[in-house]
Amino acid sequence: MIDVLIIGSGIAGLEAACNLYESGKEIFLLEKEKNVGGNVQNWDTLFPDGKNARDIISYYMQEIQARQITTYLNTYVTGIHKCVDGTFEVHTSRDIVFKCKTVLIATGYSLFNAERKEEYGYQIYENVVTSADLEKRFAQQSKNQLPNGKPLHRIAFIHCVGSRDEKSGNHYCSKVCCITAVKQAIKMKQLVPDVEVFCFYMDLRMYGPGFEEKYREAQEKWGIQFIRGRVSEVAETLDKRLQVKAEDTLAARPFKLEVDMLVLMIGMESQASTALFQKSCGLKCADSRFIQPYQHHLDSNATNVKGVFTAGACIGPLSVFDTINHARSAAISVSNFLAE
Amino acid sequence: MKKFGFTTAQSRSIDYDKVNTKLIKYIIENESSFSTCISCGACTATCSAGNITHFNIRRLNIQIRLGKYETIKQEIDKCMLCGKCMLVCPRGINTRNVIMLIKKGLTTLDLSD
Ligand SMILES: Cc1cc2nc3c(=O)[nH]c(=O)nc-3n(C[C@H](O)[C@H](O)[C@H](O)COP(=O)(O)OP(=O)(O)OC[C@H]3O[C@@H](n4cnc5c(N)ncnc54)[C@H](O)[C@@H]3O)c2cc1C
Ligand code: SF4
Ligand code: SF4
Ligand code: SF4
Repeated sequence: MIDVLIIGSGIAGLEAACNLYESGKEIFLLEKEKNVGGNVQNWDTLFPDGKNARDIISYYMQEIQARQITTYLNTYVTGIHKCVDGTFEVHTSRDIVFKCKTVLIATGYSLFNAERKEEYGYQIYENVVTSADLEKRFAQQSKNQLPNGKPLHRIAFIHCVGSRDEKSGNHYCSKVCCITAVKQAIKMKQLVPDVEVFCFYMDLRMYGPGFEEKYREAQEKWGIQFIRGRVSEVAETLDKRLQVKAEDTLAARPFKLEVDMLVLMIGMESQASTALFQKSCGLKCADSRFIQPYQHHLDSNATNVKGVFTAGACIGPLSVFDTINHARSAAISVSNFLAE
Repeated sequence: MKKFGFTTAQSRSIDYDKVNTKLIKYIIENESSFSTCISCGACTATCSAGNITHFNIRRLNIQIRLGKYETIKQEIDKCMLCGKCMLVCPRGINTRNVIMLIKKGLTTLDLSD
């Protein structure tokens, strides 16, 4: 029987797979997409130090190939069933049922669908993009001009789109989008030095090592302007520019700003399959719909279901740094459990 | 004594022990969501009254917390009760009910120190 069945091959699944392999476990890796790597495959450079995301992905590709870890691509996990003997049957979109001693959920997150915040005009106005779209553009090194070929003079980033927002049903903070906005704003200035960049925020969360330093750099070196106010709505002008309405709360004055491009800092949401796992094996989720760790500090990889563990952003928004650490600790927790 | 044409200014700092909290307590008792305001300003940005006057609903929240009732009395009638502010509030605060409670509180409560 398989020792550990890992669901999801993002950074979390890959890092845990390598560690569990090294400790001699028989593991299988299941991935719903046609490639391994998860969301990071689509990113350009990573905060805080500008590491190329493609280098991270190719590092992990080599690591799993060298170990010949059995990987099933295009395999969507639909349910985890606990058997009376304490082992598991895992059901997938294929006709195979996987039997295993433990399950490691590493399903990460899905991106918030910005169309749900209609007032920001995503997919309605052509020059409104999401942070994920922008990241892909950077990665593909597409020309930094508008689709109609006009140059960019001014752009704005809107923080907390689909996070910290009762209206979207997501009251939690997505944690990495503030620093992602800083990263992308700097990149924009590097590509188009004359562009004016504004960030509209409610609170700035620079929680990690090197983040506050990046924020300072954005202000000092790149002249990026941070305005404390939540954008209430966006309208398109005749020449396809975007008019943003907000209050500069520090000046206590409402104001309007016209920009050429608007970037929505979309948040993270729990994967749809988390709810399937909740149903099939009684997995406990937090109010945020992400998986609830068994004990936040001392046992953050275990869940309420004995033998089911987590790694990475399936427990809530995490950076790559946090994800790798959480995945390493998952390997230790699973190994300890199997040794019992 | 010779008058020099100036007086000693009162301290501008807020003395939290002396803040009149009667109105804020009344509002939170009846509309508890009000306590979750993070002063993001989305309500002010969208406000119909704020577009044509200096009315600032977000700042009103702060003035209530500080017990500055005189300013509130002058301002509150500018609100048209259109409810747009409720639609954008990320904390899901029933701002229109807050305004109704401010109006009611100002007329029915004894707000003296
Ligand atoms: C716009 C943006 C920019 C970012 N930039 C940075 C950055 O610069 N630096 C940084 O540190 N972090 C960054 N992040 C965060 C980073 O993306 C996450 O830390 C990372 O993706 C988490 O990895 P993960 O493996 O936990 O999840 P994911 O990357 O989400 O991987 C999960 C994998 O599981 C698979 N899966 C899901 N459900 C199932 C299922 N039921 N069956 C089978 N497979 C399944 C998915 O297809 C996916 O491959 C950024 C995030 C965003 C949104
Ligand atoms: S990290 Fe920043 S932008 Fe993202 S949800 Fe939290 S406060 Fe908002
Ligand atoms: S929109 Fe809501 S949270 Fe923001 S300032 Fe107004 S009342 Fe407060
Ligand atoms: S209800 Fe009053 S405060 Fe709210 S948007 Fe309308 S006019 Fe402004």
